[in-house]
Amino acid sequence: MKISEQDIKTVASLSRLRIREEEKDDVLFQLNKILTYVENLQALDTANVEPTTYALPMQNVFRADVVKPSLERELALSNAPLKEDGYFKVPRVLEA
Amino acid sequence: MSLYDKTAHELHELLQTKKISAAELVADVLSHVDEVEDKIGAYVTITRDKATADAKAVDEKISRGEKIAPLEGIPCAIKDNICTKGIRTTCASKILENFVPPYDATAYQKLSTSILIGKANMDEFAMGSSTENSAYHTTHNPRDLERVPGGSSGGSTAAVAGGEAIFALGSDTGGSIRQPASFCGVVGFKPTYGRVSRYGLVAFASSLDQIGPITRDVTDCALVLNAICGHDDMDSTSTAAQVPDFTKSLVADVKGLKIGLPKEYFVKGIDAEIETAVRNVAKKFEQLGAEIVELSLPHTEYAIATYYLIAPAEAATNLERYDGVSYGARVDGADVVEMMTNTRTEKFGEEVKRRIMIGNYALSAGYYDAYYLKALKVRTLIQKDFTDAFGKVDLILTPTTPNTAFKIGEMTADPLKMYLQDICTVPVNLAGLPGISIPCGVTSQNLPIGFQLIGKPLDEATILKAAFTCEQSL
Repeated sequence: MKISEQDIKTVASLSRLRIREEEKDDVLFQLNKILTYVENLQALDTANVEPTTYALPMQNVFRADVVKPSLERELALSNAPLKEDGYFKVPRVLEA
Repeated sequence: MSLYDKTAHELHELLQTKKISAAELVADVLSHVDEVEDKIGAYVTITRDKATADAKAVDEKISRGEKIAPLEGIPCAIKDNICTKGIRTTCASKILENFVPPYDATAYQKLSTSILIGKANMDEFAMGSSTENSAYHTTHNPRDLERVPGGSSGGSTAAVAGGEAIFALGSDTGGSIRQPASFCGVVGFKPTYGRVSRYGLVAFASSLDQIGPITRDVTDCALVLNAICGHDDMDSTSTAAQVPDFTKSLVADVKGLKIGLPKEYFVKGIDAEIETAVRNVAKKFEQLGAEIVELSLPHTEYAIATYYLIAPAEAATNLERYDGVSYGARVDGADVVEMMTNTRTEKFGEEVKRRIMIGNYALSAGYYDAYYLKALKVRTLIQKDFTDAFGKVDLILTPTTPNTAFKIGEMTADPLKMYLQDICTVPVNLAGLPGISIPCGVTSQNLPIGFQLIGKPLDEATILKAAFTCEQSL
């Protein structure tokens, strides 16, 4: 077993997901199967290999620090699940 | 006269010479959609009124005697992960069920004179190879309705193959344009990473995602590439490289071209009929004057494992934004963490959750080096295989898929088996290369077969030339 029930709980919590009791076995089974499959990479010696994050050469892109028009507030808020006075509204974050 | 099954370049001629009107064309396509959409299910949203109004504007322009652009007035489908201002863009997910983008994706904006028929179905967040992971419905393959169209751009390819759009845009992270194109018997092109702006493409795996055309022939493919390629200030990863006129590549000439056949793509597990068809393509190229070179891409067998660590890791990060705060669905909870957890648990589909879990596991402390970093290093080796190969050849020829379109439901119980579908296409994304899938006949069961041509970085032109040559002679 690559991944334990406890690992699943931790990763789910990091992912802001809840695994239902009845799904637990299947999630564990599928993730283990996939993680076992990807083990085949361990057969390769990569001690002297640099990682590649982008396939093509990338460099930082700079631009002049000037104000340009951006999305207007009403439009930016148009998909908000809940809004008030021009702000996104969320449930309590800090304890009272 | 049916117009819905013609190519864009044929229709352009008919429009410009006033043999047909854009209104007739759109009406013909929409009436065909009415006839077949119940069976195919290519679309999540159909933009009927907009299409009809836009056709009128094109007709007015033509009647004023003005010239129209090659794709002006041509009906198209846009994959539902490409933002369309004012038109719902769902990614085939419940979490974006009511999301109406406040801006256009650059690639769509560049096609603004074409006529949008609708937003095409897909696997949720482009995660899948069959379009069965859509939260709305499964798209059926127009060539055989019991089978999947492939994925994740299955709606886009089914629309083009089924006469519900003349061309389409898809996106390709690990084969999501090429694989469904081969399953549906149409042309699908993934340009070099950075050729087409990703601005407004809902991110799945940012270092792999690329928008590209799905068309009925290579000429249309060149026309769509001409329209959508090019640098964009809004995407810092879009390349500043010059974009050639791709229609200049539409010449039948492969004399002296060196085409590599990598042995790792012709192994056990590849359908025998597909292997034969692709080897016949190689023979055809040889007859036409190309040189076929046997070669090896030794790290091919590691590509799926590499991809299924890197793509989920990037996806887990990209999909953090669906937190029920600024857009998308929200499911209430007692505090903010519970709200986010409820939202994501209820609104993401099973495959999306699975990939988020794999990604976060591969990125988490203690596992990062063994999984994610290891995958990035193997990515270097896979890319080097291609660099070495392109020292000897101009193009690489492979099957697009190990098998033809499978039956709906056949693979859903085994996610890993579904992942292995991507073996021929995934390495191309990892190396950032351009690749096309072109139809090359059918199996004894009458299912389309596709072959893939892979090119050097930014050398879409050579791919198109060889693809065009082959299309003319097959």
